[in-house]
Amino acid sequence: MAFEIIETCVNCYACEPLCPNQAIYQASPHFLIDPEKCTECIGDYMDAQCSSICPIEGAILDELGRELNPPGSLTGISPAMLAQYQAAVEATYQAALAAKSP
Amino acid sequence: MDLPVLNASPAASAAQSGGGCDSHSCGSSDDQLGHLPEHIRAKVHNHPCYSEQAHHYFARMHVAVAPACNIQCHYCNRKYDCSNESRPGVVSEVLTPAQAVKKVMAVAANIPQMTVLGIAGPGDPLANPERTFETFRELSEKAPDIKLCVSTNGLTLPESVEELCKHNIDHVTITINCVDPDVGAKIYPWVFWKNKRVTGREGAAILIEQQQKGLEMLTARGILVKVNSVMIPGINDEHLVEVSKVVKAKGAFLHNVMPLIAEPEHGTFYGLMGQPGPTHEELQKLQDACAGDMNMMRHCRQCRADAVGMLGEDRGQEFTLDKIEAMEIDYPAAMVKRAEVHAQIERELEIKDLARAAKAELVAIQGGKQSAPKTRPVLMAVATKGGGVINEHFGHAGEFLIYEASEFGVRFIGHRKTIPYCEGGDTCGDGESALDVTIRELAGCEVVLCSKVGYEPWGPLEAAGIQPNGEHAMEAIEDAVLAVYAEMGAAGKLDARPVAQQKAA
Ligand code: SF4
Ligand code: SF4
Ligand code: SF4
Repeated sequence: MAFEIIETCVNCYACEPLCPNQAIYQASPHFLIDPEKCTECIGDYMDAQCSSICPIEGAILDELGRELNPPGSLTGISPAMLAQYQAAVEATYQAALAAKSP
Repeated sequence: MDLPVLNASPAASAAQSGGGCDSHSCGSSDDQLGHLPEHIRAKVHNHPCYSEQAHHYFARMHVAVAPACNIQCHYCNRKYDCSNESRPGVVSEVLTPAQAVKKVMAVAANIPQMTVLGIAGPGDPLANPERTFETFRELSEKAPDIKLCVSTNGLTLPESVEELCKHNIDHVTITINCVDPDVGAKIYPWVFWKNKRVTGREGAAILIEQQQKGLEMLTARGILVKVNSVMIPGINDEHLVEVSKVVKAKGAFLHNVMPLIAEPEHGTFYGLMGQPGPTHEELQKLQDACAGDMNMMRHCRQCRADAVGMLGEDRGQEFTLDKIEAMEIDYPAAMVKRAEVHAQIERELEIKDLARAAKAELVAIQGGKQSAPKTRPVLMAVATKGGGVINEHFGHAGEFLIYEASEFGVRFIGHRKTIPYCEGGDTCGDGESALDVTIRELAGCEVVLCSKVGYEPWGPLEAAGIQPNGEHAMEAIEDAVLAVYAEMGAAGKLDARPVAQQKAA
């Protein structure tokens, strides 16, 4: 029973001091959770602390590998909105490419 | 609070600037500091972030020691720096407190004009209390001639007030975007409060309550509080007039309205939603509306969390970690030199104040103001490296200072950042798109004053209705602006709208 921090972590330090079990430690390239120490905060807090302050959607996974903060849940930026923007960028890029090659 | 004030006689010079400052000649300091009680004015006099006059002479720096944050703002992408205080989309190298202290001392020893150290991010300093306070603790001890300041979103401010008071913090900046939770719910998706993530209106209400409580506690303890607000058109623009009233009533000494900067490529909620930022004109209008209620600060340049230097410059690259490691710093010796440089600048400022006072008196005697015909106000852009004079080439300027000349005198309006038209060389060959950016940024200005301007940009500037002018090189900014305004008046250009009116951006 333990959470996991994955590579999308931006190393903001926010979670580290909150862990009741000192399970979180700074590592390279990103922070990590010691699975031996993590209790998912059960017995200490109603909500797991690390995933309650982490600002990055998807950076912390539960024991089954599910995102504790799924896309859109923290920023309000829905996956559709992001996809739309990315499609627009891609289109501009393709248009620029097409304009260049005769 | 006993402050390590650098000037020989702050009260005396503040009094002089107050006495000599009328709306004729130094609208800027009059505008911002003139109405403050004497003890506050003495504190902010010659503070590069607060005194428009001093920020031409003194430098400030920030150290990025505080990466964590405890709230989310819709104009922030947490992969970058806190956009309350810095430009969005930049990442500062996070330092340990020990590294930060070393960097500050290295900079202070090498740039004697450096007087203020701020911690503003890259997250929220008070969400990183150990790191922030450790930095302050060591600096108060090792570099007592540096003023300390901190910026915060305010969420944990009340519990930090006690600790802040211990460290000779002479002012705190709180970013307050609203006093109404319904407005707040549109700006803050969540806050982390009492071991829980609280979303929506409820979260915003907690943040607002904490900000207001923190503001009251600080002013009760005699600590200066500046309030920053981000102007978000359609969300809090009208509401900010109310915010201005509330924070003034609670004792904030300055209110600084900053424009929202939101681009899709920043990856922020507002950026991706296409939420527009205010135009220069909208921003100025709101700043003027709020100024009726309190002192406005117009020269904040939203520096990055690790900025070093004077006037929009950033000399951070000279003080990277490896370079600092190699530096030998004799701080006691540096402190002596710093004191000399500060005294020199003080004298210079004092002479300028006296000159202003004399000129103002002369104008008053001649009754120039009453007999002046009604003329329209004109915005002018100025390229300067500092020192209060026009001493920067058009093509080298990374930012322009905007002044408004009117029949009542000159007043400072703000900064506009741009990309330098050319990066060196006097001919300024190709820099097409950079020039377009500058022309767009200078929208609304009719004159651009610089020490020199190349042949190339001349035509496009004129075509955009912005008259380039290199005739006042090395002259004091306010004098030059007034002189050009007088010339425009003599040429009959001040009665109607300019012919080549530019399109609003
Ligand atoms: S879930 Fe709780 S115990 Fe586990 S790492 Fe996060 S804060 Fe620590
Ligand atoms: S709070 Fe999230 S992003 Fe920040 S260090 Fe922890 S896991 Fe990484
Ligand atoms: S307070 Fe600063 S770092 Fe935190 S979310 Fe807001 S802008 Fe970003």
